[in-house]
Amino acid sequence: MPTRRQLILGTGGILALAAGTLALGAWRSRSGVAPAPPSADLPLPLTAMSWQLTSHLSARVGPGDWVGRPALVFFGFTWCPDVCPTTLMNIAGWLEELGSEADKLTIALISVDSERDTPEVMSEYVAMFDPRILGLTGSPEEIALTAAEFRIRYEKVPRDDGDYTMNHTAGVFLFYPDGRFASIIDFHEDPQFAVPKIKRILA
Amino acid sequence: MKTLLYSVPFLLIASSAIAGSCPQWTVGDLVIDAAWSKATIGDARPGIIYFTVTNTGAEADNLTGIATPAAEMPMLHETVVTDGIASMPHAPAIPVPANGSVSLAPGGYHGMLMGLTAALAKGDTFPATLTFERAGTVEIEVAVEALTAREPTCRQDAS
Ligand SMILES: [Cu+2]
Repeated sequence: MPTRRQLILGTGGILALAAGTLALGAWRSRSGVAPAPPSADLPLPLTAMSWQLTSHLSARVGPGDWVGRPALVFFGFTWCPDVCPTTLMNIAGWLEELGSEADKLTIALISVDSERDTPEVMSEYVAMFDPRILGLTGSPEEIALTAAEFRIRYEKVPRDDGDYTMNHTAGVFLFYPDGRFASIIDFHEDPQFAVPKIKRILA
Repeated sequence: MKTLLYSVPFLLIASSAIAGSCPQWTVGDLVIDAAWSKATIGDARPGIIYFTVTNTGAEADNLTGIATPAAEMPMLHETVVTDGIASMPHAPAIPVPANGSVSLAPGGYHGMLMGLTAALAKGDTFPATLTFERAGTVEIEVAVEALTAREPTCRQDAS
């Protein structure tokens, strides 16, 4: 019997490959030009993205809706017990430090768990945190396209009891008001660097 | 992570000066402190346990197991970020250094409560049994804080 770890790595490999293929395909079909090198793992500018998702208020949202304001975007899922609430609380701390300046930001949590995170579930979840946070979800295909355009990865990890969890890119992505990608705040980044990074997209 | 541990209690004192001291439990040379959990939305999502283990002895130990009636499948995990991707592998032996301490805290080691027997609400407490390789087992009482808590509301004493 394979160990738990082997199972996890096996699933990850297949999904990572699928995401990579999709990323390349999406780039080609949109621009018709040579694809970015496969090693390029930075998000596209929002102006070059084409995803559409559903918000926790059941509105359809696309990248064009975010152009004009600085944006702070991260990926997660509402069944996530440690990383996602910790990221949300880190963000709460940054917003507090930024004061009213933070009101200019678009702040979005994009679910990687289409199966469980319906717009209603997202609504219930984001209500526990900051009212400025937008929760987004979609069909498996919609989430896959979004992930490909942000160059993030996620994978479903089955558990022994038949349930599952998700591995996913944990950083927070920052975009300038014109849609250009600015920087990533890593999950374990020294907190003193986070707020200055956000101030740069607010300037 | 471990090198930061000595500064953490001072931060907690500063931020929760009016709270009472966290209960402590002792087994052998180990002191377990600041045991907390977070409220859950319903009982389908996993719950979490955090606490600190301080080793006053000269022998290192390992935390190897967690049991609780609050969940069908409690397990020790470590949140790790590899190439930007977060995962939570099983942590079969969490090292408790000699004359040092280890914290199970947001973003790192944690007890994961899969198959919750009931939703956890702020203000609840529930028992958990920790198993250490050398020191043996100890039962602790875990206090449930808000879903949005970053730390326990009790005061963690510097040790
Ligand atoms: Cu876990």
